Amino acid sequence: MSSDNHVIPIIEETDSHSEEFLKGLWKSNPVFVQVLGMCPVLAVSNSVINALAMGLATLFVLLMSNVLVSSLRFVIPRQIRIACYIAIIATFVTSVDYIIQAISLELHQALGAFISLIVVNCLILGRAEAFASKQTVSKSFMDGLGMGLGFTLALVCLGTVRELLGNGSLFGTSVLPEQFEPWVIMLLPSGGFFTLGVMLIFINMLQKKKTEPS
Amino acid sequence: MYFSLLGISGLCTIIIISVYFFTKPIIEDNLQQQLERAIFSILPGTVFKNAYIKINENTLEKVAKIKKPQTPIYAAYDLNHQLLGFAITAQGMGYQDNIQLLYAYDAKKQKITGMTVLQSRETPGLGSKIIDDKGFLDNFTQLDVQLNADNKQLKQIIEVVKPGKKTEAWQIDGISGATVSSKAVGQIIQKSISYWAPIIQINIKQISNEQ
Repeated sequence: MSSDNHVIPIIEETDSHSEEFLKGLWKSNPVFVQVLGMCPVLAVSNSVINALAMGLATLFVLLMSNVLVSSLRFVIPRQIRIACYIAIIATFVTSVDYIIQAISLELHQALGAFISLIVVNCLILGRAEAFASKQTVSKSFMDGLGMGLGFTLALVCLGTVRELLGNGSLFGTSVLPEQFEPWVIMLLPSGGFFTLGVMLIFINMLQKKKTEPS
Repeated sequence: MYFSLLGISGLCTIIIISVYFFTKPIIEDNLQQQLERAIFSILPGTVFKNAYIKINENTLEKVAKIKKPQTPIYAAYDLNHQLLGFAITAQGMGYQDNIQLLYAYDAKKQKITGMTVLQSRETPGLGSKIIDDKGFLDNFTQLDVQLNADNKQLKQIIEVVKPGKKTEAWQIDGISGATVSSKAVGQIIQKSISYWAPIIQINIKQISNEQ
């Protein structure tokens, strides 16, 4: 390799693999704590199915890009690392786009442009830059899995509330009684902001209670 | 530096190409199935269909395989080889993005007998009612699209009126809260049927016998 190829130092952290996995689920949940990748979170969480599909698509991209970035961390020159990460992420996003089309066209239509927008989801680039480029492949794998599942979990939480209130249904089947008048606003973007805000208040209150000495 | 960038691009290309070739037949299959389901939903009883494309002003020709830029119309037949009607795809601008829809045209009665939206990105809860609002879809079960005596133009232009104000057979009851989207559907069908109806009427005898 050329001389301008720096070796990126590996930061040894004491965290075990299981902690790398668990931190994404709760302690530094990408949506509720880091508040990353809000565009798809607000846009496609209007039904549980959409939220789940979006979450899993992001999980797949995050996992694959983390593993690839991590295994190529000594090959990618520092000066052009962002371009390399974007190329790698875009590859997996394109793949996921085709795979979703193959699984279900209806789902692909529902998610629309937001599949392609995973490329610029700051969560994925953030994990590549801040974690995978400095850590071993196995740790990056666990980090991607944890962050991806945390993202999916948060999306499904939002999707459940919004679909239940906005459409009176879950997974497309009606669960609330006939008399219930759906709150259409919950399906619109403003409903997404509202639900997310309420959830953030709730989670911050929980966190605060934990840290405060009783 | 350049070699590593090249290497990464190469790796990415290989991944994308392999996924593309793996999923391509499945996606095409899905598209075909989606179209077939849509045709069946607006023309129940369809057993088989033939695709026709427009060759010139007066001629429709049966095609076995559809090449990309051509938009065919489909003649649908029932079990007894009787012509049920035509399924025609049409598209145009909605409120946010293109709306793509499929409608059924009964050439004998000169009526539109069904409509289903194939693709749209209208506002959820408002404009998206054009997909599943039963009252709105009922407009398209007996929509009058008679041609003039010279078979060149529609006798009456399709009109989208305020909800509940439909009095004539060529009018469509709009949806409250989805004014733009429901008007767009009316205009898309109006444009498409003015294009296709004359040429179908010229070729109707041939198509009924051809199967």
